[in-house]
Amino acid sequence: MTTLTDPNKESFRLGQLIYDTRYRSMTIQVIALIGFMALFAWLISNTVVNLHALGQDINFGFLTVRSGYDINQTLIEYSSNSNHLRAAIVGLLNTLLVAFLGCILATFIGVIAGVLRLSKNWLTARLMTVYIESFRNIPVLLWIIAFFAVLTEATSAPNAFRGDDPTAFMWLNGSVAVTNRGTYAPLPIWHDGSVVVVVVFLASLVAIWAFGRYSRKRQEETGDILPNLWIKLGLFFVPAVLAYFVMGRPITLEYPELQGFNFQGGLQMRNSLIALWLALSVYTGAFIAENVRAGILAVSHGQTEAAFALGLRPNRTMRLVILPQALRVIIPPLISQYLNLTKNSSLALAVGYMDLRSTLGGITLNQTGRALECMMLMMLIYLIISLLISSAMNFYNSSVELKER
Amino acid sequence: MSDLHAHSVSFVRDTMLPQATPPITERGAIKWMRENLFSGWFNSILTIVSIYVIYVILSHILPWFVNSIWVADSLDECRQIRDAVNGGEPSACFAVITERWQQLIYGFYPVDRSWGADASFLFLYIRPNIAFALLFVAIAPILYDKLPRKMLWFSALYPFLAFWLVWGGSVWMPVSVLAGLVLAFVAFQLLGSVSGLVAALGAFLMPLIWWYFLAAPVADAIQSILPVSLDPVDSKKIGGFMISIIIGLAGIVLSLPIGVVLALGRQSDLLIVKMICVGFIEFIRGVPLITLLFTASLLLNYFLPPGTNFDIVLRVIIMVTLFASAYMAETIRGGLAALPKGQYEAADSLGLDYWKSQRLIIMPQALKISIPGIVNNFIGLFKDTTLVLFIGIFDMLGLVGAIRASTEWNGVYFELFIFVAAVFWICCFSMSRYSQWLERKLQTEHR
Repeated sequence: MTTLTDPNKESFRLGQLIYDTRYRSMTIQVIALIGFMALFAWLISNTVVNLHALGQDINFGFLTVRSGYDINQTLIEYSSNSNHLRAAIVGLLNTLLVAFLGCILATFIGVIAGVLRLSKNWLTARLMTVYIESFRNIPVLLWIIAFFAVLTEATSAPNAFRGDDPTAFMWLNGSVAVTNRGTYAPLPIWHDGSVVVVVVFLASLVAIWAFGRYSRKRQEETGDILPNLWIKLGLFFVPAVLAYFVMGRPITLEYPELQGFNFQGGLQMRNSLIALWLALSVYTGAFIAENVRAGILAVSHGQTEAAFALGLRPNRTMRLVILPQALRVIIPPLISQYLNLTKNSSLALAVGYMDLRSTLGGITLNQTGRALECMMLMMLIYLIISLLISSAMNFYNSSVELKER
Repeated sequence: MSDLHAHSVSFVRDTMLPQATPPITERGAIKWMRENLFSGWFNSILTIVSIYVIYVILSHILPWFVNSIWVADSLDECRQIRDAVNGGEPSACFAVITERWQQLIYGFYPVDRSWGADASFLFLYIRPNIAFALLFVAIAPILYDKLPRKMLWFSALYPFLAFWLVWGGSVWMPVSVLAGLVLAFVAFQLLGSVSGLVAALGAFLMPLIWWYFLAAPVADAIQSILPVSLDPVDSKKIGGFMISIIIGLAGIVLSLPIGVVLALGRQSDLLIVKMICVGFIEFIRGVPLITLLFTASLLLNYFLPPGTNFDIVLRVIIMVTLFASAYMAETIRGGLAALPKGQYEAADSLGLDYWKSQRLIIMPQALKISIPGIVNNFIGLFKDTTLVLFIGIFDMLGLVGAIRASTEWNGVYFELFIFVAAVFWICCFSMSRYSQWLERKLQTEHR
């Protein structure tokens, strides 16, 4: 005969912290936290002790001190009398400039190379394979230095453009000069009235967008397809060109001219910028090409066949069926390639392009001796750029995500 | 019936005709070209453009390459030979490679003169060469599972052996570092009966205590009793391809396990562990490697106890490993996420605990899925070893600058770049081919 009793109220024993799965995760987390904090505290206390021993402090006041060095490629007003903060901003803008230009060109190269690698043309496909495999398997730093060497070694000095019998010629009807110092191109000069042209141009962009909506709506209602491409092209060019001539050509080009030992005027791009830009673009382009290829291959052939069965022409099949599905696969790795390109732009140091690393993390750091502050600031800026880009990626991902049930 | 038919028609062929050859446009090279190169106006344009591109590239490079000069002592001599032999035609001067290749491979590693002045490089650089040869023995059982499994013991010992061969010094130092790992294993076994958690903690803390307090004195003590040592070599002297291999391999070997741990941490239910891992991964992935390397060379002294000063190569290896392991963690997390949820549930329903299910069910599959990504990370890491030139370590690319700065070879560019590029290309391309082979071999799905 047994009597039913209440199960013993288990009192908490210390051993449960280790053996009981209900409490063990808590124990592990507390240990991890303590370990992490201890490590952090150790590093900080070491830093404090070391800084004290060196007689230093952490102080960002140096940012307002006159920098005293020149930067050869600037987007904003800068001279050696500006302060270190402005030098850092110039460097940041230079980083963003080369990253922006690089992303555009790399996408262009990558999409073309990726599509051509899938081409039925044997020769072209092989050529693209050679391009992709050779650029993917060789360090980007080597490409940057090699491109710079080509630009400085294989091009002529400005002097070669001089005289009655010059050995070098400017390209595009005497407007672009590629020299061993840099590339000089015409620069648009905005006179009075150019505002009107710009406004008209912007208005025509809006009109193109509005027309696109109208034409889609009309197609959905009536089934008629308007000649979209021609109308949009017309909208793009005609009003702006008309405004340009009506206002009496308010935008002129300033051509670079040889004066003294170098070209003056026009748009000047140092060879360091061009070498970095081209090398990063061609290198990243090879990776993007592989992403594009993988994206297109990821769309099953049945989709194409289904689109054909619906009677869509090949180009509409590509535009309406294949591409939207391929993009879902292509975009996330594409953006992480953009991220890589932006981070690789810090290799500008190798060719002397004054980016964030060369200004804030280079000359400013060496002049002021504030290694800790400069590195922390620089890492923070890179981190913010990266987090911005990756949050853009997450936003895009969630917007195109397949709504699965 | 057949008779009737024979009367109604004038001619019936009673022998088989020999097979006619297809028309010329439908056979052989012409058919292939029509299908693959000129199947439409667009394809034809592509072909012509491609041929033009290939022609432009080859017409510039081929004569330069064919005329190349392989034996000379300086660029001036190269140019003299070019004018005398090739009539001043553009010619590559690969003599710079034949003259300086030992530097490009070994950096400024001291030459071992004990084998005589005219010994071949095999004996002049006997220690790195032995280390390099043994590398293949150590790697082979990892790459091909058909080799005897006992060889893996040698693979485990290899890093310590290679360190001793390359850096020299007392043999007891690497042995005593190795003893730390043995100690971790012993601690894990002894404490395993108490609890897995305690055992893991013990296995983590014991070697740290050993390395931090005891390893160096013990090694010195044994050295004074039983001296076995090689001539020590300073880290600054190690360079060229050797330093790339050392940093690259160390990074590869260390970043994979750390990456696995970080990926598990990021996927885990433990909030604090997860936050630490996410913070670490996102920080490392958000900054360029070059800033981490500068931190290693400029700032690490701030973060460590006063007076600590450890080797620059070790610092670089640590930074490169941390950098690569963050990327590795993301790759492996992708593999973990790609695994069907049923696998996790199946492991749970078998009654396996967390570590057993990870070890036996989850990780083998997740790692298999992420092989291409992992190898891409390896390739990226190996290519990133070139960045060490910014902090004063002379890898191959750094030596290119040094050689170009010398008076003999001032003005040589592309020959050196081509050599460095070729070396990297061979290493990286063979890695990617190996990963494709491995992927096919591990392919167990029925297609």
